[in-house]
Amino acid sequence: MKCQRCNERPATLHFTKTINGEKSEIYLCEKCAKEQGEEYMFSYHPDFSIGNLLGGLFNIESPFLSKPAQYPQQHALKCEHCQTTFQEFVNRGKFGCPHCYETFQEQLTPILKRLQNGNNVHKGKIPKRMGGTLHVKKEIEELRVKLQQAIAHEEFESAASIRDQIRSLEKSLLSKGGEL
Amino acid sequence: MSLERFINQAVSSWMSNEGPHSEIVLSSRIRLARNLADYKFPSLLQPEKAAELTAKINESMQEKYDLELLTMEKLSTLQKRVLVEKHLISPYLSDASSYGAVLLSDTEDISIMINEEDHIRIQCLSPGLQLKETLKKASEIDDVIEAKLKYAFDEQRGYLTSCPTNVGTGLRASVMIHLPGLVLTQQMNRIIPAINQLGFVVRGIYGEGSEALGNIFQISNQLTLGKSEEDIVEDLLSIVHQIINHEESARESLSNMSSIHLEDKVFRSYGVLTNSRIIESKEAAQCLSDVRLGIDMGYIQNVSRCILNELMILTQPGFLQQYAGGTLRPEERDIRRAALIRERLKLEENC
Ligand SMILES: [Zn+2]
Ligand SMILES: [Zn+2]
Ligand SMILES: [Zn+2]
Repeated sequence: MKCQRCNERPATLHFTKTINGEKSEIYLCEKCAKEQGEEYMFSYHPDFSIGNLLGGLFNIESPFLSKPAQYPQQHALKCEHCQTTFQEFVNRGKFGCPHCYETFQEQLTPILKRLQNGNNVHKGKIPKRMGGTLHVKKEIEELRVKLQQAIAHEEFESAASIRDQIRSLEKSLLSKGGEL
Repeated sequence: MSLERFINQAVSSWMSNEGPHSEIVLSSRIRLARNLADYKFPSLLQPEKAAELTAKINESMQEKYDLELLTMEKLSTLQKRVLVEKHLISPYLSDASSYGAVLLSDTEDISIMINEEDHIRIQCLSPGLQLKETLKKASEIDDVIEAKLKYAFDEQRGYLTSCPTNVGTGLRASVMIHLPGLVLTQQMNRIIPAINQLGFVVRGIYGEGSEALGNIFQISNQLTLGKSEEDIVEDLLSIVHQIINHEESARESLSNMSSIHLEDKVFRSYGVLTNSRIIESKEAAQCLSDVRLGIDMGYIQNVSRCILNELMILTQPGFLQQYAGGTLRPEERDIRRAALIRERLKLEENC
């Protein structure tokens, strides 16, 4: 996740401030925290309390506002399965059901990129019923194409490293009980 | 196995064993967040659905594992607090979940929370630095559940979780680590941002805000998407190995520079713990950390290492009150805490 003030460096610190009983939170990098931090009660926190965080994410202009951003134009957007609206997701920071991921797919991509350091595609375990080692096979295929290109361009150093990557993927595929 | 034992024993039996790098790394933990495909996430789940889901998850596990099911509504506030202090359940499951439950193994190395923020939170714990082994164990449990129940999974996004900070692998890998050397040599404020840069989070386990009582820190991954489970664990392992090296050289230079001062500090703390009649949690934590360092450095010979872990948990408010059999005012707690620590250390001397 990026710092909410400079939007450049990763946010490493979590601040909370309370004005007239209204609590607001912000996530800052080390540098911005030093410049801004005095007035905030300092606390670092691993599982970011996402409700206010998402509010802040959409409120780039004024991240210090404690009220989440408003989305009148997204009002119509609603998960059919659990009736959660996009506005409700932003307010609560939580989805209502697995189908929300499809419903809000478009809105979700930039949010995920923010939260997950630019990543929005799963590279980990896949349930056996979904084809277990499918993604490893896909990755190997892609690398084989790259390998051919590298050889065609006589980039032998990178070809060698791609070949190593393919070998290690094949090894992990076999160790997971998959077939080449 | 009964509720009594989960509640009365401060030390989960997995904790009394040692693991690799046990002199610095207290424990390793793996958590996997999972949800079932055909149910709303816990915050919107109807009571009958929640009960059905709990029964299904419990059933899916019982064939291969021997686990005890505890439902939150049947526990007292104090009992729940004790489970939180033992890190067996989260404060959220204890206080905020509806129809929350937990499946616990005999040795308390497995804890599966049901209807926490997600339907299923598989947690496995091991002593010392054993992230790979612990991941393997959690993943096996995951396979057993998956064989019986249909997970909410998307090829693009991975395991779908109620909050997008956990989506993908649903994995939170963490270690609990004792770093008195780095704290004493004032290196933590340099190291924490460096670790954060790598997408990992450092925080104190005990105490509020930036405090890390007992010099005990937790390091865990922040990102759950875009990296495989193995890579996340591999990266965390390499960070922890580097921190271990730094901690070791900090301890070495402390003892080279002023061994007598360090020894003095250790034995003063030992004196405080063995003689106080009233002690606050903050002071107790600092002294326990010093004594543990003294054991690791060989100044103190007749006290076992697990004293730090054990007494940190045992002297939390929930445990103190559980032992006292009722609510205690803060000053009463401090008196109880002092007595308990004295007793526990006397036990060590006699054996
Ligand atoms: Zn910044
Ligand atoms: Zn939904
Ligand atoms: Zn090692």
